[in-house]
Amino acid sequence: MKVPMTEYLRIDLDSGKWECRVCDHVIAPADGNYKEGLLVHDRDPREIHPPIIDPERYRYTFSPDPEWVRILEFCCPGCGTQVETEYAIPGHPPLWDMQVDLPALKAQWAARGADQMPDAGPAVVPGRSHAH
Amino acid sequence: MDMLTTKGKTPSAEEMELIRKFLDDTTLFLGPDPEIMQNHDLMPRSAQEDAAIAKVSDSHVVAKIRDRIQAGCDEGYEMVEQMGAAPGAKWGDVITGVYSASGDLAIASAGGVLIFSALVHHPIKFIIKNWLNDPTVGVKEGDGFIHNDSRYGNVHNTDQSMILPIFHEGELICWVASTVHEGENGAIEPGGMPSMAESPSDEGLKMSPFKVVENYQIKRDLLTFLQNSVREPKLQYEDMKVKLFACLRIKQRLEETLKSDGPDALVSTLRLTMENVRAEVKRRVSQWPDMTVRTYIIQDSTLRENCVVKINCKLTKTGDRLIFDFRGSSPEFTNRATNTIVAGLKGMLAQVFLCYVWPDLPRGQAAFAPIEVITDPHSIVNCSYDAPNSQSLMSIFTGFTAGQHAVAKFLYSCPEKFTKVHAPTFNMINTFIWGGVSQHGETLGNLCADLNGMGAGATANRDGEHALAPIFATMADIGEQELNEEEVPFLQLVSKKMTRDAIAPGKYRGGQGYTMMVATKDSEQWGFMTTAQGAKIPPLQGLFGGYACGTYPLSKVQGVDVYDVLMDEPEKFRHSIEEIMNEQPFEGARYTTHHMGMGFEISKRGDLFMISQGAGAGYGDLLERDPEGVVRDIEEGLISPDVAARLYKVVFDHTTLAIDFDATEAARAAERKARIARSTPYADFVKKWNRTTPPEHIQYFGCWGDDVGTLYMGAPDITRRGDEPRPNYMLNPKDVRIAELEARLVAAGAALDERQ
Repeated sequence: MKVPMTEYLRIDLDSGKWECRVCDHVIAPADGNYKEGLLVHDRDPREIHPPIIDPERYRYTFSPDPEWVRILEFCCPGCGTQVETEYAIPGHPPLWDMQVDLPALKAQWAARGADQMPDAGPAVVPGRSHAH
Repeated sequence: MDMLTTKGKTPSAEEMELIRKFLDDTTLFLGPDPEIMQNHDLMPRSAQEDAAIAKVSDSHVVAKIRDRIQAGCDEGYEMVEQMGAAPGAKWGDVITGVYSASGDLAIASAGGVLIFSALVHHPIKFIIKNWLNDPTVGVKEGDGFIHNDSRYGNVHNTDQSMILPIFHEGELICWVASTVHEGENGAIEPGGMPSMAESPSDEGLKMSPFKVVENYQIKRDLLTFLQNSVREPKLQYEDMKVKLFACLRIKQRLEETLKSDGPDALVSTLRLTMENVRAEVKRRVSQWPDMTVRTYIIQDSTLRENCVVKINCKLTKTGDRLIFDFRGSSPEFTNRATNTIVAGLKGMLAQVFLCYVWPDLPRGQAAFAPIEVITDPHSIVNCSYDAPNSQSLMSIFTGFTAGQHAVAKFLYSCPEKFTKVHAPTFNMINTFIWGGVSQHGETLGNLCADLNGMGAGATANRDGEHALAPIFATMADIGEQELNEEEVPFLQLVSKKMTRDAIAPGKYRGGQGYTMMVATKDSEQWGFMTTAQGAKIPPLQGLFGGYACGTYPLSKVQGVDVYDVLMDEPEKFRHSIEEIMNEQPFEGARYTTHHMGMGFEISKRGDLFMISQGAGAGYGDLLERDPEGVVRDIEEGLISPDVAARLYKVVFDHTTLAIDFDATEAARAAERKARIARSTPYADFVKKWNRTTPPEHIQYFGCWGDDVGTLYMGAPDITRRGDEPRPNYMLNPKDVRIAELEARLVAAGAALDERQ
């Protein structure tokens, strides 16, 4: 059984691996840090959050200070999908952000069954509003 | 005789009792009680509650009464919102609620600031513990208690509560309370949230819970003392009355229930509502995957100076237990106001669940009661009695975001959801706080409700909404600025215009914030302050490959009277910060930028102060964004065509905005390949990237990496252990600036030969 854990990551409970949901690339052992199986790019935050006012004249420009913060971009080596970002102080070790208890996850889904896959959550349906 | 090894006689039980009585009888000061302040769980069932539940426990009866009480709370809320004088009251920065006889909040109003729902039980429990049986105080029918000091339970000292005990045939059966963000409280800066406060003594009124109402009448002598302590004496009186009458209306609704169903039904409903919510929360948590999620959010200032202040969060779920571990967060600042008491942090974490995860649950204290929180003592998220906390919003809001970010990673895989998975919402109060003497000669101090216009985070299937709601009150309003302007001597010359390119990209982008430009007009005694972080480092994280927001500075244009410009040369005026700062259209004016921690500053007529509300975080890989959504953002002025094309790799005609879908697909495929080419395998990356200590060029506060036991205090060689408090003083920024300038003088050869 494969359990979607994030927008782009799933865990194959049988093989015990993190996998890419876009290209099926096997990323890393599921009881470890999935980031270890990804590629990383140290992005200058000014490239994503462009200065709105002139950086030549002003100290604060709407752009993050690249000497104070960087964006770590993690992508799948198979398809290049950007799986996660991390706004990090320069040199701060990347976080092991999802440390899964794999035996517990297996037990939970064994009890739950494969027909209960996650969905996006409740939707607001037109015509079903509260009325008097 | 060896003094060191000599042991005194162990006191007997009788002597111990005497010592205890002596200490009880000679308590010199009833400060905040750690037993009350550190506990957010429900009180044990009382004998009164046991007896009531034995008589009434039918779920239909309980549901009927709960709905009636809920309606009564909502009615009280509406009264405060409609009649309150404080801007905060008018825009929903209010809550009303019914508390059990033991002090737990059982049912709160549906609208308003739900954080209060986790915080007002503390002062009620203080009253029960200390005043109920005190012969000099007592608690009687017709009494009302007031409170604002956050150290006894509150977000910050701008918030004032009115608390009434409810009796039935002489027996205390519950409490009602109403809380409002009143604003002004006599602190060293107007508006109630001084960022200049360097000790609690700078923070204005510090009301421990005390009796201010007897026989349902406000005591005039105490009222006068309170009015005399703040800058807005009329507001103080009016809102005390409004809160009192809102409480009396809820009391009336409770009495109707008492008449129709009896006291046991009421007491049972309050208790069972809380117990059922608590049990349901544990059931829902048990559906999450067993996992530990780590995240951190960075505060980039103390509001006085830029520095890096870490809010560290590890969220662990095991079975039906959920534990927030904030150890490793920054030490408390001894002389900066951005600390929070731990109850404030818990209150905001409760908001994550009540507003964003389980909004279907009855509002009250129980929704957060079973969730555990761990912090270091004397840290920025659990500060001491002696630390100022008037700007606690900075730490409770970033703490909230850490919680919201971590929770989203648990929710994705859950089959049972109650809301969409949600990227962090913007979390800073980017608004103008103001004060001085108005055009009508009145002394005022308060703020614009634009703080309520925070951009929403994107969700798993849609963009975030713009300027939607504040994270502390999902049902609140940003107010009518034009109404405000009848009472204050300034105009918002530009208001509610989205700030272009201040974006949070993603498959679904974050909701954006809008520009505010203010200028004083009809007073020589008027000024502004701003109290937000995030001018150098975004205060959010993105979700699942999405990006956070950018950063938001304060821009000033001084040495110009913009009202004269509008009268004489209106064509020179521009309606965006981008145009005014880049084109500098007003000759002779001074154009400057600053971080968002501007202390109170008197403004001259026509000086421009300009800020922007912020964007919520983006969700997912931006290369998956629907190209039509990108073009819609261009059409709506949210993003400029060049930035959109460069980031989203959408190929379109810049004149007609017609999309070339095939070329877009090819450009995106090329970008995915380029990503792979420019990125490094993780193991190689961390070899070059990781450092063992924080960088020397940044004043850094908090743990570094996995070692949460060591907290850095501004430099790589200054640390404390997490569990061993140390003072943490900051220099006056003006002294720092003087030292910099003196060093430049020395370097330039100018002698500093004054006698030392």
